[in-house]
Amino acid sequence: MAYVSGLRCRECGREYPAEPLNVCDFCFGPLEVVYDYEAIRRVASRERIQRGPLTMWRYEDLLPVDAERAINLHTGFTPLVKATNLGRLLGLNELYIKNDAVNPSYSFKDRVVSIAATKAREFGFDTLACASTGNLAGSVAAHAAKAGMKSFIFIPHDLEKGKVLGAAIYGATVVAVKGSYDDVNRLCSELADTYHWAFVNINLRPYYAEGSKTLGYEVVEQLGWRVPDHCIVPAASGSLFTKVWKGINEFVSLGLVQATGTTHMHATQAEGCSPIVTAYQAGWTHVRPVRPKTIAKSLAIGNPADGFYALKTIQATSGSAVSVPEEEVVEGIKLLAEYEGIFGETAGGVVVSALRRMAQQGAIGKDEVTVAFITGNGLKTQEAVESVVQPITVEPTVASFQAAVNGR
Amino acid sequence: MPSRRIKLTFPARLIKDPVIWQLGQKFPVVTNIRRADVREDYGWVVLELTGEEPEIERGLEWVRSMGVRVDPVSGDVVEG
Repeated sequence: MAYVSGLRCRECGREYPAEPLNVCDFCFGPLEVVYDYEAIRRVASRERIQRGPLTMWRYEDLLPVDAERAINLHTGFTPLVKATNLGRLLGLNELYIKNDAVNPSYSFKDRVVSIAATKAREFGFDTLACASTGNLAGSVAAHAAKAGMKSFIFIPHDLEKGKVLGAAIYGATVVAVKGSYDDVNRLCSELADTYHWAFVNINLRPYYAEGSKTLGYEVVEQLGWRVPDHCIVPAASGSLFTKVWKGINEFVSLGLVQATGTTHMHATQAEGCSPIVTAYQAGWTHVRPVRPKTIAKSLAIGNPADGFYALKTIQATSGSAVSVPEEEVVEGIKLLAEYEGIFGETAGGVVVSALRRMAQQGAIGKDEVTVAFITGNGLKTQEAVESVVQPITVEPTVASFQAAVNGR
Repeated sequence: MPSRRIKLTFPARLIKDPVIWQLGQKFPVVTNIRRADVREDYGWVVLELTGEEPEIERGLEWVRSMGVRVDPVSGDVVEG
């Protein structure tokens, strides 16, 4: 059962019932789920978690929906891989990759969408919707298919069709909106007020966001019930970043794990869209919106909804924010692929390049437990790395082959 | 009467201008500020606009033309 007592405004603290709401009526601040932690403390234990399924639903006591009614594509409990090769290259003895690229729709979005889809059905919605240029679209469409719900995916009209193939295949209605990226934003915010639909990251956002906590839980459990010293996380809206830390923090406060020290949270962005990094470096309390221009499309959020909270998380954990030049994004993808056999998308390239910079600058101790989060599959952003395909052309003879590969 | 919840972000050159007052004077819309952070080089205001839909849209178009950024209060919702 879910131990949710309601929603609370993150700005003014005003409380609301657990309904499909995302904004405080008084100050228009964002709402967050409130849990009955005393009740959770009475039931939660390592043993209970370990008896659960090998999915994110093993943490059901800390999620805002009932696992019994979950729209379950078997998301989560993805591999935590000790990155010995990459670690050796970077001089890090305790480097781990959390490979969330192997979720059912190939990105971490399955974690948040499975919560939102479950909550949507609980609230009686028959339609799931989102505005997305890729990962979120696929996940919403897949979960809607599993739940027997309709789905609407809104995209900018000039988006390449291939980007939403992974949504259309599940039977989603894809709506191409004429106008700018901002027009899609505005339209979807208005539609969420107009239609009785579950816009996963608008009217269900408080619940949706909680799904990302499971990444934090899994890392702690997979490290053998210990907290990492550093988390290197990609930042778009900033929600994932803040929720990974919330997950770790909840485990500590519930006594499920001993905190041996602070987990330093590091947000990473590509320079072409780095409002959180810019604010961190300038010492601003709020993020100033930018126009995204980055190849890391899954991080292209110029006005991040949780930017302010990401900055607070960095401050609370003595973490940092790191941006990488656009050309290093591809380098990061290749590093991870060539050293660890893991093909991450552009956001993963951002994470690995930022990790490399931090290691080179001595920001991470060589024996500190460091987790880099790879949140999407490289097959989704093949265009970013297609230059690696340079086949050796040979005649169909052994001699030709030997001549061509000689010295390789 | 329709209403819209929006966030206005002001560049440094507009900090001293009474843009929100002018919005209410030029267009038949009611402005109702809920949160704000205004500094000498930058500012944002979260507010509700109430009025007929075409008037809200015209008013926001004018605000944009002044160089103010207009966003939904929920931030960007188009995700990757």
